[in-house]
Amino acid sequence: MEILIKGGRVIDPASGLDTVCDVQIVDGVIAKVGDNLPADGATVIDATGKIVAPGLVDMHCHLREPGQEYKEDIKSGTLAAARGGFTSVACMPNTSPVLDNAALISFVKNRAKEVGSVNVWPIGAISKGLAGEQLAEIGDMRAAGAVAISDDGKPVSSPELMRRALEYSDMFDTLVISHCEELSLANGYMNEGAVATRLGLKGIPKAAEEVQIARDIILAGELGKRIHIAHVSTSGGVDIIRQAKKAGIRVTAETCPHYFSLTDEAVDGFNTNAKMNPPLRNSEDVAAVIGGLADGTLDAIATDHAPHHVDEKNVEFAAAANGIIGLETALGLAITYLVKPGHMSLSDLISVMSAKPAAILGIKRGTLQAGQAADVVIFDADEAYTVDVSSFASKSKNSPYDGWELYGKVCCTIVDGKIVAGK
Amino acid sequence: MKLASKDLLGMKDLSAEEIRYILYQAEIMKQILVQGAKKTPHLQGKTVVTLFYENSTRTRMSFELASKYMSANAANITASGSSVAKGETLIDTAQTIDAMGTDVIVIRHSMSGAPHLIAKHVKAAVVNAGDGMNEHPTQAFLDMLTMKENKGQIEDLRVAIIGDVAHSRVARSNIHALRKLGADVVLGGPATLMPKDIELMDVKAYNNVDRAIDGADVVMCLRLQKERQQSGLLPSMREYSKFFGLDEKRLALAKPDAIVMHPGPVNRGIELCTGVLDLDRAVVNDQVTNGVAVRMAVLNILAKRSNA
Repeated sequence: MEILIKGGRVIDPASGLDTVCDVQIVDGVIAKVGDNLPADGATVIDATGKIVAPGLVDMHCHLREPGQEYKEDIKSGTLAAARGGFTSVACMPNTSPVLDNAALISFVKNRAKEVGSVNVWPIGAISKGLAGEQLAEIGDMRAAGAVAISDDGKPVSSPELMRRALEYSDMFDTLVISHCEELSLANGYMNEGAVATRLGLKGIPKAAEEVQIARDIILAGELGKRIHIAHVSTSGGVDIIRQAKKAGIRVTAETCPHYFSLTDEAVDGFNTNAKMNPPLRNSEDVAAVIGGLADGTLDAIATDHAPHHVDEKNVEFAAAANGIIGLETALGLAITYLVKPGHMSLSDLISVMSAKPAAILGIKRGTLQAGQAADVVIFDADEAYTVDVSSFASKSKNSPYDGWELYGKVCCTIVDGKIVAGK
Repeated sequence: MKLASKDLLGMKDLSAEEIRYILYQAEIMKQILVQGAKKTPHLQGKTVVTLFYENSTRTRMSFELASKYMSANAANITASGSSVAKGETLIDTAQTIDAMGTDVIVIRHSMSGAPHLIAKHVKAAVVNAGDGMNEHPTQAFLDMLTMKENKGQIEDLRVAIIGDVAHSRVARSNIHALRKLGADVVLGGPATLMPKDIELMDVKAYNNVDRAIDGADVVMCLRLQKERQQSGLLPSMREYSKFFGLDEKRLALAKPDAIVMHPGPVNRGIELCTGVLDLDRAVVNDQVTNGVAVRMAVLNILAKRSNA
């Protein structure tokens, strides 16, 4: 099986490539990138006027299987990923049961092989049952294929447990991803400030996130271990990470499209599709998150794709579930809100959505170099389209972006040399 | 005149003209209330259901009496005695009530935005009788009617609102409405009970309540819930009363003819001392009477609108 992608603008940040040329795929692997490559009976994709890039890598999503298949499952979630241009997704362990042992990590990997459209890289729990008390079997999960550990959805409240997790996981070269939230400060429903005050909703101060980012960086710094900060949403959080990097601490961090495209004003009218954790912040935070992506303080854009059934959102705001879906809007939001206004080049954007998250997770993806797995996305950076949530592959429709006009329509997604979405 | 919305969800959504119109209608209803035979045919054949998810005596009774004085069919539902206790969702409960031919649903709920949620899913008019910390619009109407009766007008009044502003839907509704009608609003209360960025609602806010009360035409004290102490927002009721309670000495900072208001029920000796409550210019009971007049006006306007 051969594919020849002809005439696209090929951007591969990992090899510093940005030029109009062809990409030849043979047997699931990138065979050659160059000019005027011969078709020789291959399936030819005309990418004229389009961008050809390494497939996107989402290092933070929720596929909900096992246990919450009414929200999403591996089949629907990975198809949503493929439609959004992602070829690899790392899924969080807050399923039911929790992915806190090797058997469940294997289950997710096997299930993804059976029904998945894209590569699935499971993330194991830090603590058994996400209870924040005892370490899960990290070595065993790593051996079964877990790429990282995280108690995402919940913080590791005990600093001592976090310290042990950092020490222990390092023996197995396993990344710790921290959901930073000091719970005693976070008993609200949206960002603290003028909008929360106006709506009479209890606010969550930015400090709830920032004190734990600072704590985890201090813990990692003292031990000299790696730490990755999930879903950074505040200006203060970006500053703390920037300083830590300057000080040589081994910290990486991600943010999500909603933190650079929306503010807490989106909650107005008690819109539960604008409710997530951490909450949408203010315009200064949006500017700081964009600044953090532009100067490399923030290493990756992850979706935090969090599907919820309509019945879990069509309730009182305080009772509504936290989270929004993101796999099918991430690229469009990033191009529209980062590249079009000139905050980032296309190449830098592809880097934070592909090469960098792949490198942080230690997976051999995110590049178009010859010999690598043929994970490719082809998109039109200039074609505007209207987001239509009803057409999404995801089982859930909890997106605040329905009806938005975005740039960056995905034309084709290829995983291991197979077309999984588009044409 | 017609209101822009089928519902009354908050003062935030009303124009100054709509607020003045409802106040004017309430003044007319007040005439009915003070006459001997309290029965009018205004709402004959109309059905008003109160759906209360939180305890309430005065607001619920006030709506119920307002309905009955105007000959409406009135029914009450409380959260504990209904399908709510069986786990039915709010929207399903509201649609059930709607399907029984209800013209107006009056809802109180502990969560902000609950009335807004059901308003989108029912044909009946929805009246917010208090939602979480968000709004309590009929309370603001009765407060303004009371101010107007005592002070002649709302415009240019200096209204001090004292106490737990953060958790108060009464404060929020009054702030929106009073600013729209041209009154100045000054808030006073402890920092732990003052919501963030409240100044952006075009009010002044002080932690020193003496400064808030200084020169006020109206001093409105808010009810302090006992759980504020339990949740660590205040060290003690005793200390609250010392620094933030309204006594005669503190009231002397207001204008000599300033009126004292409270949405009730009062914690005597905490927000307000008994000496102040017993003054003629403490108009708490007038507020209660006006509550019925205001609710008659609101029910009448909204139930009639649903004819169209």
